[in-house]
Amino acid sequence: MLLARLTEANGAPGQEGEVRDLIRAEIEPYVQEVKTDALGNLIALKNPDAPGPRVMLAAHMDEVALMIVGIEGNGFLKFRPIGGVDPRVLVAKSVVVGSKKIPGVIGSKPIHLQKPPERERAFTMQELLIDIGAKNKEEAERLVKLGECAYFTTKYEEFGHGKVKAKALDDRVGCDLAIRLLKEDIALPLIVAFTVQEEVGLRGAGVATYQAKPDIALVLEGTTASDVPGTDEHKHATTVGSGPCITVIDRASIPHPPLVQELFAIAEEEGIKVQVRRNTAGGTDAGQIQLAEEGVKVATIAVPCRYIHSPVSVMSKDDYEGAFKLAKSYLNRLQEREASR
Amino acid sequence: MEIKQVFRTLSESSGVSGYEHDLASTLQENCPWADEIKTDKLGNVIMLKKGQGTGPKPKVMLAGHMDEIGLIITKIEKEGFLRFGTIGGFDQRVLLAQEVVVHGKERLTGIIGAKPPHIQAPGEQGQAVKMDDLFIDIGFDSQEQAAKYVRVGDIATMKRDVLDLQGSIMAGKSFDDRAGVAAIFECFKVLEQVSHKADVYGVATVQEEVGLRGAITSTYGIVPDIGIAIDVGFGDSPGLPESDTIKLSQGPGVAIGPHVHPKVHARMVETAKEWNISYSSDPSPSPGGTDAYAIQVARAGVATILLSIPLRYMHTPIETIDYEDVKRTGRLMAMFIAGLDNEFVEGLTCF
Repeated sequence: MLLARLTEANGAPGQEGEVRDLIRAEIEPYVQEVKTDALGNLIALKNPDAPGPRVMLAAHMDEVALMIVGIEGNGFLKFRPIGGVDPRVLVAKSVVVGSKKIPGVIGSKPIHLQKPPERERAFTMQELLIDIGAKNKEEAERLVKLGECAYFTTKYEEFGHGKVKAKALDDRVGCDLAIRLLKEDIALPLIVAFTVQEEVGLRGAGVATYQAKPDIALVLEGTTASDVPGTDEHKHATTVGSGPCITVIDRASIPHPPLVQELFAIAEEEGIKVQVRRNTAGGTDAGQIQLAEEGVKVATIAVPCRYIHSPVSVMSKDDYEGAFKLAKSYLNRLQEREASR
Repeated sequence: MEIKQVFRTLSESSGVSGYEHDLASTLQENCPWADEIKTDKLGNVIMLKKGQGTGPKPKVMLAGHMDEIGLIITKIEKEGFLRFGTIGGFDQRVLLAQEVVVHGKERLTGIIGAKPPHIQAPGEQGQAVKMDDLFIDIGFDSQEQAAKYVRVGDIATMKRDVLDLQGSIMAGKSFDDRAGVAAIFECFKVLEQVSHKADVYGVATVQEEVGLRGAITSTYGIVPDIGIAIDVGFGDSPGLPESDTIKLSQGPGVAIGPHVHPKVHARMVETAKEWNISYSSDPSPSPGGTDAYAIQVARAGVATILLSIPLRYMHTPIETIDYEDVKRTGRLMAMFIAGLDNEFVEGLTCF
């Protein structure tokens, strides 16, 4: 299954190669042109000469990860997060490190040797180390290079009532949706940008958009869902199982209001359950895309995911299908409109 | 099956204190060395390998506990999330974002979650997420859905496959103390090759993590002359003082302390030196935490010793050992047993 392969592939910001290669192989038969740029964005063109507005679909390939910044004398690896990672989710987890995928664990002091107040305080990033079982620094240095990244090892799995758990659903679910849409029979000039470095400041999207010159862009994302015990309902942002969400504002963009209204209208007509993203925090590639050249009309369609930026995130398959259907319906209508001109 | 493979299977199986029954069959099917295997009323698995010859024989008991720490479901929330308590000692800080198996009507995948960091109050992120604020997400949308599969009182375990790190270093869950059980098998295997007079009772004990309970009943039933508890000890790791730890890859820690019989200790050390088996000295001033403590005071008293397999990150799902240390522990016990005779055993009550 494509989403399983996408989430189990590794791609830190700036080190998206494994994900890029996987996507490139997957989409090549369906597009006229695939290219990469100076940052590593993967840009695919379908029907570049067809009539109609140039529509860009964008999804980022990178995921939050841990960069190796030092090797201790005893062979343990020091790391710092690349992208936003709460150190509390790292304790007692397994990782793979670097291009050789060296397995390792992030350990912590045994409870038996702690004083009770210690358990009230979170471990800091500085205290945590990766243990690959190397005997000493020399052995570790043969296996791992500074600047390589460590990744969570979570396997994709379907569970519960139509749920999926996996790592990096932010934003491999967007990549998966973009790939699926690319494989559909769409006659519009379509640009699909698989962007880099979203997690460190939306770095790839602007560059990709400058080259793609779209009229309209749909950003496909996995976004935070806080619908869990201990959170007031008005702080849920999104709810898993209540359909894909449409962003009306976040920290980086105010999506094009008529486009947003059109998406809501389509959802209603097509009977697709959707929700408004009820949080103004966070930002997506839409923030950079809208500012390219003289501006681009953008909208973000996102699949709600619990526990993003942690080793394991959770989404609903129904929400994911809803996101696909909504984006597809939008493209179909655009195409019909173009045909009836 | 190779013993290392049996160990892997045991680690990946579930057996929280009081719920060890699934492990018993794995042990029974993979212990070709035993002359007799039985289980007692608490669920201890007792594997007897008889000594050679006739007449009175020393009786040695080897105890490794097979139970693991785990979680117990205490409430199903209306949105389908599960609240839980712990069986055995967990640091609340290791639980966040762990994958678990909930042993309901069927095995259910779950994820331990908490409210996301961005909606926590300022300052909260420097604090550990409290056990009371954690929950298990099993992907159901309501209490009704969840209740079809899960009941309050069901058990959950960490979901973790064994990882092979560099060399013979391995990481996984419940190495505490299935590594000790594996060491018993390694001992049996060596005993096949050497002659030994002593009857050897290998016991996979139950309920150690909640109070050494399996050791109490199994020792009473066996009436051993010598009891060897094999457990795990704090392996050297960053942030821990050297004096509190034993080094990985250097053999078992041989305990010395009130729960260790001085003559058994002396003989164990001699054995290690004679057979060139590496070990660490493991001074143990507070002896309460292992089966040795229960074995020692069974019936009229038992001469005991504790061997500790060095293990990093104890009571987490990524406990880390060097499997060679398990083999070294097995071999040390086997050579110790091979050297036993009635005279040595009789001397154990002479102070």
